[in-house]
Amino acid sequence: MNDKLNKKKLMLIGNPNVGKSAIFSRLTGVKVIASNYHGTTVEYTKGFLKLGNEKMEIVDIPGIYSLEPTMKAEEVAVKIFKDAVKEKNENIFINIIDSTNLERNLNLTYELIKRNIPLIVVLNFWDEAGHTGVNINREKLENILGVPVITTCGITGEGIKNLVDNLHNATESNFLSKNFTKDTTEKNKWERIGEIVEQVQELKHKHHTIGEKLSDLSIHPLSGLLVATIVLGLSFSIIRIIGESLIAYLLEPMFNKFWTPVLLKISALFNGSGFIHDILIGKIIDGEISYLDSMGMLSTGLFVPIAMILPYITAFYFVLSFLEDSGYLPRLGILVDNLMHKLGIHGLAIIPMLLGIGCNVPGALSTRMLETRREKFIASTLMAIAVPCMAQIAMIFGLLGRYGLKAIIVVFGILFIVWIILGLLMNKLVKGTSPEIFTEIPPYRIPYFKSLLKKLLMRIIWFIKEAVPYVLLGVLVINILYVLHIIDFIGNLASPIFTGLMGLPKETVGALIVGFLRKDVAVGMLVPLGLSMKQMIISSVILTMYFPCIATFTVLLKELGAKDMAKSAAIMMISTLVVGSILNLIL
Amino acid sequence: MNLKEIKIGQKVKIIKLDGGLMFIKRAEELGIRIGLLVEKKSAQFMNGPITIKIGNTNIALGIGMAEKIIVEEL
Repeated sequence: MNDKLNKKKLMLIGNPNVGKSAIFSRLTGVKVIASNYHGTTVEYTKGFLKLGNEKMEIVDIPGIYSLEPTMKAEEVAVKIFKDAVKEKNENIFINIIDSTNLERNLNLTYELIKRNIPLIVVLNFWDEAGHTGVNINREKLENILGVPVITTCGITGEGIKNLVDNLHNATESNFLSKNFTKDTTEKNKWERIGEIVEQVQELKHKHHTIGEKLSDLSIHPLSGLLVATIVLGLSFSIIRIIGESLIAYLLEPMFNKFWTPVLLKISALFNGSGFIHDILIGKIIDGEISYLDSMGMLSTGLFVPIAMILPYITAFYFVLSFLEDSGYLPRLGILVDNLMHKLGIHGLAIIPMLLGIGCNVPGALSTRMLETRREKFIASTLMAIAVPCMAQIAMIFGLLGRYGLKAIIVVFGILFIVWIILGLLMNKLVKGTSPEIFTEIPPYRIPYFKSLLKKLLMRIIWFIKEAVPYVLLGVLVINILYVLHIIDFIGNLASPIFTGLMGLPKETVGALIVGFLRKDVAVGMLVPLGLSMKQMIISSVILTMYFPCIATFTVLLKELGAKDMAKSAAIMMISTLVVGSILNLIL
Repeated sequence: MNLKEIKIGQKVKIIKLDGGLMFIKRAEELGIRIGLLVEKKSAQFMNGPITIKIGNTNIALGIGMAEKIIVEEL
């Protein structure tokens, strides 16, 4: 614990999607999300590396192509870099390079060399380079650059120890002083890089790999559509099968067998009634606990997050993590780029939407990968309005499931139509530009199972830590609201809107209040209201649309600023009123 | 001739980047540079983005950008 802190810091720097985050995880043991597309690290991450009884701070700088940024997202990264150079404690810079793309990556290396900073160059994806017929002469490159060159495979951890052992060898490059009397103009930059590449790299012609063939299939318009249908259909089925099986065969039986007796004993301690009893256990009907209706913190409050939502969260993130690591998502983005441009955002904005299905919070954060304020505004608003999170989806599945798949499809169909219409409108009305797509497509990679599981575990723990306390709080708030008759009071005030326009009982307002804390609990609150299928559909839709939950709201406020957030909120509420009223008329 | 006009599967040589300084810089960073060989891999319907391959890198770009990249047949 009392390790001496070495004043030097390690700064990891490199192009997007060269595996910096995987190497960072390996060095620090700190778990960070790494995926196979650029822009996963939008904020810089810090961690510590233990070296004997010393520790060193490591900073994972978001990916950049150059020290002179052309995109807003890159400016943050360049600022971190420049600050680190200014610090007078001889920070060590580790330039991570994708070995399969040496020439393009050397652009940044070249800029780093000119800064006269202690440098180590890491050739990552070393194994993959070999497979694709790229042979790099490491020793020669080391000699030319005049700094240590280490080969690694960040995902499996190969070469990481070697990197750590060589940290003290980090040195300023003598490349320029050795070869040129003084730095001539920029014009020669690519020529010089070309010369280096020619000396150290040998390309063997390889036939099309399976990955490349798949890549071609998935970006051609027609076959791509087929691939997308299969991938998304399969994903949906796998999520449902895993989710439903976990609930039916594991978690529901566990609650019934082990937890119910405990609750009944606690209930007996309170003689089965009273204020505290009702808050903890909820209403007991005929000596039975109904986990959905009873609304006690220990009954419904635990059952909802653990037995109803967690299974779907697990299933969803398993599938999403696989898709992320495979490299499929940017290809899906290209395929839908045309449609998305009609909504004012480019194709890669599909990634925030998909992340938002897991939880709106990471979805909102990932809108940073978009370039302009306009795109961020449109993407965030669309996600907050029309993309329900997995917790809410799980509850909608649970409640509407009794009416069959049809009711569920109607809810998501309506939300999809709202997504499209609002996007079309915002594209017309929101000022500014949405630039064209211009991005690298990562190669397909077979996800590495161990890191996939690690990522899944991280996300599950995150859910438990973030969600369970709020669900418990939500259940507590419900009880207090009922006891104090607040729901009745607000319900009466709002009944012209809820009953008059949307055909819902006035008690629905309680769900909207709690929905600000947790949307899943809010959906659960609809159970005791005895709604018809039509009312269920309408309330599920408006609960998704009216306002984000507090966690998402906080992030959006920070990302968009108060003014844009206010605009976004106005759009949410107006469209909720309009959609709710229309649905009441046509369903 | 530009990248929009050539056929899918065709391999050509880049001879000019016909855009502003920022465009040229961004293109060069992604590996699109004068003198390099490029293969067009796909084009989406209705003037959607195209994808190209240069060396080992696949790049997606909007049709407006594709028009700015001037090429010649080999």
